[in-house]
Amino acid sequence: MTRARPMHALSALARAALLCAPLLCASGAAAQIAPQARKSGAAFMSPQTQAMQADDSSNPGMLAALEGESLWGQKAGAANLACADCHQNAETSMKGAAARHPRFDEGAGKPVDLQGQVNSCRQTRQQAQPFPYESRELLALVAYVGLQSRGLPVAPPDDPRLAPFVENGRALFHRRIGQLNFACAQCHDENWGRRLGSALIPQGHANAYPIYRLEWQDMGSLQRRLRNCMNGVRAEPYSLGSLEFIELELYLAERAKGMPVETPGVRP
Amino acid sequence: MARALINVPAKARKGEIVEIKTMLQHPMETGFRPGPDGRLYPRDIVKRFVCTYDGETVFSADLFPAISANPFLSFTTRATASGVLTFSWTDDKDQTQVQTARIEVE
Repeated sequence: MTRARPMHALSALARAALLCAPLLCASGAAAQIAPQARKSGAAFMSPQTQAMQADDSSNPGMLAALEGESLWGQKAGAANLACADCHQNAETSMKGAAARHPRFDEGAGKPVDLQGQVNSCRQTRQQAQPFPYESRELLALVAYVGLQSRGLPVAPPDDPRLAPFVENGRALFHRRIGQLNFACAQCHDENWGRRLGSALIPQGHANAYPIYRLEWQDMGSLQRRLRNCMNGVRAEPYSLGSLEFIELELYLAERAKGMPVETPGVRP
Repeated sequence: MARALINVPAKARKGEIVEIKTMLQHPMETGFRPGPDGRLYPRDIVKRFVCTYDGETVFSADLFPAISANPFLSFTTRATASGVLTFSWTDDKDQTQVQTARIEVE
């Protein structure tokens, strides 16, 4: 009897291994979404919310874009310059700009996203105070600049200096965090299309930011949305504007490469 | 002054039923929501919306705290004559925002 025990333990181990094998295969196969299988977050919304986004007179994000348009022409700072004084007409000069962010900023030696770019212009060119993150003004300007890329493909710059930051972003996307011990990839790569509570899990493509989120009753940036998910898994969120967020944004842009920009998006 | 999005067809045939869509930028603060210090944010909603067509009221609505931020209202009216549609929103501070749009009737 005593000699039989190790045998029994071994067979239990073998059984466990057999049980695990299909699980491992499944997670391996679903690890990354194939380019042709990618779907925008809009595809997971109700037809009503889709209609709300599609019609410019019912999309509340257009109110922010309108506000951004007036800020574009408004002089500010010690230099008494408006965005329009350097960049002229945003409809031509900003076409595709949002789709190419985050990009590498030579001066800072690190990547910068669109919000950071607006604030850097404000500080160096206009010599004004930067807008706080998630402020109405910053979201409005980013929504207005983003609107000029609507319909264009997400086009992250092919810059070798960005590679290590994209790689960090990829690692952050796959790192388990928080008390619930979840990684972004577990929901958005492996379980999209299924439900988390009552909500459909989208693929997590960042092609419509800044968004008007019905739950917020307001505009918000991608970073606010990421902080939301981090709170959801009970992790301590990174601070707004931190390098971790920019790296995640870079990886998400790489992941959504080629998908059409929908800014300003509406999300449930 | 808040921003508003108004969608009125620029042209219509006489007697045609036209759809009008309006959205006003407004927080619609319910008065039930506590701030970080636990105290309630004071109520601030749009109470009343009126649309007049050449002086005659064609649509009006009373709004309540359960209505979302940036209230969107859409309604129809019969295009009778070329003229001006006036939209007015009145909020809890009794401030009224007025906006107009022109419709050409052939």
